[in-house]
Parts: sequence; C-alpha cells; structure tokens
Amino acid sequence: MLANRQQFDADLQKLRQVLIEMGDLVKKAILDSVNSLKDSNVELAKKVIDADKEINVFEERVDDIGSRLIATQQPVATDLRRILIAFKMAGDLERMADLAVDIAKVTVRNGNQPFIKPLVDIPRMAEVVQQMTKDSITAYIEENVDLSYKMAKMDDEVDELHSEILRELFVMMAKEPKNVNQVLNLCFVSRYLERMADHATNIGESVVYLVKGTRPDLN
Amino acid sequence: MMQLDAEKQMRRRKRKNTIFHILFLSSTLFGIVALALLLIQILVDGLGWLNWDFLTNNASRKAEKSGIKAAIFGTLWMMSITAPLSFIIGVSTAIYLEEYAKNNWFNRFIQTNIANLAGVPSIVYGLLGLTIFVRVFGFGKSVLAGSLTMTLLILPIIIVASQEAIKAIPGSQRNASFALGANRWQTILRVVLPSALPGILTGSILSFSRAVGETAPLIVVGAVAYITTLPNSVFDKFTVMPIQIYTWANLPQEEFHNVASAGIIVLLLMLLTMNAVAIFLRNKYQKKN
Amino acid sequence: MSIVQIKDLDLYYGDFHALRNVSMNINEKSITAFIGPSGCGKSTLLRTLNRMNDMIDSVKISGAVSINDTNIYNPTVNVELLRKEIGMVFQQPNPFPKSIFENVAYGPKIHGIRNKKQLDEIVETSLRGAALWDEVKDDLKKSAYGLSGGQQQRLCIARALAINPKILLMDEPTSALDPISTLKIEELIQELKGDYTIIIVTHNMQQAARVSDQTAFFLNGEVIEFSDTSKLFSNPNEKKTEDYITGRFG
Repeated sequence: MLANRQQFDADLQKLRQVLIEMGDLVKKAILDSVNSLKDSNVELAKKVIDADKEINVFEERVDDIGSRLIATQQPVATDLRRILIAFKMAGDLERMADLAVDIAKVTVRNGNQPFIKPLVDIPRMAEVVQQMTKDSITAYIEENVDLSYKMAKMDDEVDELHSEILRELFVMMAKEPKNVNQVLNLCFVSRYLERMADHATNIGESVVYLVKGTRPDLN
Repeated sequence: MMQLDAEKQMRRRKRKNTIFHILFLSSTLFGIVALALLLIQILVDGLGWLNWDFLTNNASRKAEKSGIKAAIFGTLWMMSITAPLSFIIGVSTAIYLEEYAKNNWFNRFIQTNIANLAGVPSIVYGLLGLTIFVRVFGFGKSVLAGSLTMTLLILPIIIVASQEAIKAIPGSQRNASFALGANRWQTILRVVLPSALPGILTGSILSFSRAVGETAPLIVVGAVAYITTLPNSVFDKFTVMPIQIYTWANLPQEEFHNVASAGIIVLLLMLLTMNAVAIFLRNKYQKKN
Repeated sequence: MSIVQIKDLDLYYGDFHALRNVSMNINEKSITAFIGPSGCGKSTLLRTLNRMNDMIDSVKISGAVSINDTNIYNPTVNVELLRKEIGMVFQQPNPFPKSIFENVAYGPKIHGIRNKKQLDEIVETSLRGAALWDEVKDDLKKSAYGLSGGQQQRLCIARALAINPKILLMDEPTSALDPISTLKIEELIQELKGDYTIIIVTHNMQQAARVSDQTAFFLNGEVIEFSDTSKLFSNPNEKKTEDYITGRFG
C-alpha cells in the first residue's frame, strides 16, 4: 500500500499517544487515591488532588488535536471513529481522575481518625476497578475487542461489591449513629469506585465501536 | 574571482542575445525590403498604363491599345466553376474524413494521399488535366478543362484546411449534441459546421486566390495567350490574367513590359481583396463566438 | 423502485477489461454516486447507461442494462430516443457557441419541436429548473460563453433538462468549478432529486458523501461495495473501500 496521508497518520498517532499517557496518569491517580485512603496518607492525597490539573490539560489537548483533524482532514470511517472515541475516552478518563480526587478529598477530610472497622471490601473493590481501568486502556492500545468484553464483565463484580459494602455500612450506621460522618464518606468512596468502573466500561464500548463500527451495550 | 567570472558570462550571454536579435531582424527586413522594391518597381512601371481603357480593351498588337478584359473575364469564368466545385467537394471530403470515416487502412490511405497531393507541383496537375480533361474527356482547350484542372489543384488544400477547422471543434461539443439525442448529421449541421465555417471559409478563399494566381498548369492545359473574344460557354477558348501578364512580359517591346506591370497591379488588387474578405470573415465569426 | 438494472455487465476496450461483472440496481428519484480512483470504470459505467460508449469503435459489451425494464443494448433500441430519456452533464462545462436560448432549445429542436411559444416555455422551465433563470432571463440572446464557469455548467444542466429526461447522468460535474459554484450545483442536484433519478461520478468523496443517497465504490472495473452513503462512509464493509475513502491509497 502506498504511504498516503503520512501527516494525518502521524497526527492520529500523536492523539493516541496523548490518550495513553493520560491513561497512565489516571491509573496512577486511582492507585494513589485508594492507597492514601487505606494508609490515611494525607500527603499522598494532596498529590492526587494537585495532579488532576495536569490530567485536565491532557483532555484539552485531545480536544484540540481531534477538532483540528476533523476540520482539516475530513476524516471518514475508521479515521472518524478514532477521533470521535478519543473525545469520549478523554472525557471518561477525566471523570475517572475527578473521582480519584473525590476519594483523595475523603482521605483529607478523614485526616488521622482511625476507621470504625478495618477496610477490607473497599480495597478489594478498588483492586477490581484498577484492573478494569488497566484493561480498558490496554484494550484501547491493542484495539482488543475480546479484552473489552472481558473487562466489562468485571463491572458486575464491582456492582455486587458496591451493594454489599453499602448494606454493611448501613447496618453500622444504624448501630452507632455517632460514626455517621465516616460511614457516609465510605459510602461515597464505594460509589466513586463504582462510577470509575462504569467509565472503564464506557472505554471498552468505545474500543468496540472503533473496531467494529457498531455500538455495543456493555453496561 | 567568482564574481568576475559571473559578470563575464553575463556579458557574453547578453552579446549573444543581441547578435541573434539583429540576425532575425535582418532576415525579416530582407523579405520585406525585397517585396517593397518589387512593388515599387511595378507601380512605377504600371500605374501610368492603368486606366479604364486598360480594363475594357481586349489584347492588341499595339501596347497602347492592349487591355486585360478578356483575361479578367477568363479568370472569372474559371473561378465560377472552380470555386463552388472545389468548395463542395473539398468540404464534403473533409466532413467525411473527420466525422464519418472509421480509422481503417483505407481511410488512412486516403488521408495520407491527400496530404501528399497538397505538395505536388502544379505543373503535374497541368499534365493530368491535359491528359484527362482535354484529351480523354475531349473538352479541348476550354474553360471547363482549365477549371477542372484548377479544382484538382486546390482541392487538397481546401480539404486539409477544412479538416483542420473541423478538428478544432472540441469533442466535448459533439458529445453534448449526441448526449441530447442528436444523430451524426444533426450534430454536423448544427454544431460542427457553424463553428468550423470561419476556418473553412478562410482556407477556401486563400486557395481560391492560389487558383487565380496559378499559371503553369493552365499553360499546359492550353489557355491561349492571345485572344480577342470573351468566352460564351464553358467549352470556349479562354485566357486568364497571369497568362496574359506572362505573355506581355515575354514580348520584346519595352512598352509591353509596362502593360504587364499594369496587369500585375490588377491581379494583385484582386488577390488582396480576396484575402481581405478571408480575414474579414474570420474576424467576424471569431467575435461572434 | 429501481429504474436502472445492471446485470453481469462486462465491458472491454479492445483487450482492456474495463468493467468486470457489474450488477447493481439504481433506485428511482434518488442520487447515486460512483466513486473510485482514476481508471476504475466509474465513468465507463456511466457512459454505458446512455450508450455514449458506442462512439468508441473498440468497445465490446456483454450482460444486460435495463432502463424502465427495456434492455438498452437490444438491437431494436433507438439510441437517439434512449438518449432523450437520459440527460448527461459533462466534466467541463460544454455549452455550444450559441446564445443561451439556443443552447437550451437545442435538444427540443433536434427532437422536432418548432413552435416558438412552446420553445420559449421549455427554455424558461429548464432554466428555472437549473436555478439559472433569474440570472439570465434578460440575456437569453447573449452568447453562452459570456457566463461564468458555474453558470455555464448550470446552463448545461438546463440544456439536459430541456429534453425532459427521466435520468440525469453527471460525469464529475463540478471538477472544473470553484467551491461556491460547486456548492450551488450540489444544492441544485438535491433539488432535482424530486423529479429525476441522478447518477453522479465524482472524484470528490466529500461531495459523494454530501449529495448522494447511495454510493458505489469501484476498483479495477469491479464494484467493490454498493450501499447507503451514510453506511459506506461511516462503516464500510470492505477493507478496500475503507482504505480508499480514508485516503490510504488511490
């Protein structure tokens, strides 16, 4: 095949690179936020909050490159989908980073207070969510439809863990109303993680749409 | 150093340019000056002899009584046959070759030969006319034999000129006509010919002026040098202007050379008029488009 | 409802196999675009529909092309009447060196209409149909060569409309025009869709995407893919189509 549209291909490659780097930052933000909560590490939490600005810049870069390519290159078919999902994926990643910030803020609010019970289920849930995030980004890099479907399946597990955690926390709240503040915060954390998994699933959907041109419903 | 070399080179280039400029200019001037001298010579010799009597007298043994009337009428008689005949046959042939003929060996053969015929010396046409029209067909040394010979002579030129004019009509216009459901003849009549006509007319008129000026073939076919009667039919004897002039120029008496010059002036005026008409037609139609 | 049915069409220019086993149905009152790289056969196929290929000596055709259920390659078919049913617009605007009026009246006159009043009517309707009437109504006697390129092309469309065809073939009708004239012609094509079946060959893929309902992609004389335009340009079935429309080859 002739090497046509080299500049366009190079620009698409750049777009992809930006998304991969952004994915790395988001993975790290999620990991750090969960760790900061587990270890009550306010320092680390503050780092996560600061890092969000950088991630937002990445989203803007994706917007800029993508809209420039649409305006100047009239992309169609796979090229067009590649750019459309870049917008969507950047949005998903940015939301995931925001959720990581939300978790980090819980860490900060909680400060050095000991937890009312050892955190077990939330770290387990966080592990699954991290795996999903990792897989969704890998699926994008490899344009791997199978991995997208496999990753989306884990969302069920996350949903289950989420309802389990909520049930447990409600019981605690009823037993010791003075801990209501901390319990509510943990409820939120669980909710944030569950939302992250949804965004990872969205990324999986984007990958399938990119490769196949049809929109699956993985949720 | 480099700077100097470059300057030297530039001077050399400029000098060469000047030399060639002068060379080409002098070539041009050579032709124009020679032509001007010739014209002046003729005008000086002939203008004095050019009067109404000269146009209305027939040939005579006396220079002062000589006139070009018989030759003018001979030329007009000849052209009244040659012009329509060569135009109709020539344009029809051109239309056939350009619009109808398929690209096969036969048509290529015709095409090549027409191009070659345009280059055949006119004396050869004279001999052809003598053999076929004068002897085989038995037309004798008549207006008809001369006209037909002249028709043959200018036919290839008219064909080639008309073909060029027809070729110049873009294929896209023919396609437009065909796509609207026109057949070939409708397309030729309504699209090709109207656009090609100025070119065809220009080419034809120029070849008519060639026929008016030709001498050699008519001498062979037998136009007579000395004649005091006008032709009454196409089978009569005749002469034409160039032959009359040629005859006068060959007479020993000095006065007749001046008569010849007067004849040349008349001939030139006729040719220039025809060329002017050709140019006028071309400009008129070009502007219209 | 399909108005054109092409079945197993093969076309040779001498030894060159220009169309290979082409089969497709073209819907009535829709716009169909033919796209593909140069020499892919798209223009050749367009020209088989009004038998303009007959003009070329070396053409050999097998298979069937039916228009309104008549095989147009049947020996009894009158080519002139066939072309009356199928207008054609060419790549370069090619008005005749005649007046605007005479250009539009050319087709009707060829087909025997002499009545001046009737011709006046046809000329006005056709020029209105081609969205040119308002620009030229006072200059009908003037030469068509005085018009701009875009106007000339619309005049050629009016000329084609004047014979009242069912189908309009357009062979890269905007490739010689500036962008504004191009958009005008594209808008006109959309308007004409209500009354005519339009088949357009174009090198401009965005044009095919903008104006057509269905698109056929040609490569080396074959129809690689023929589907709804939105489908073909967003998610083609064939890899070759994808490579072409995304500009990866051709």
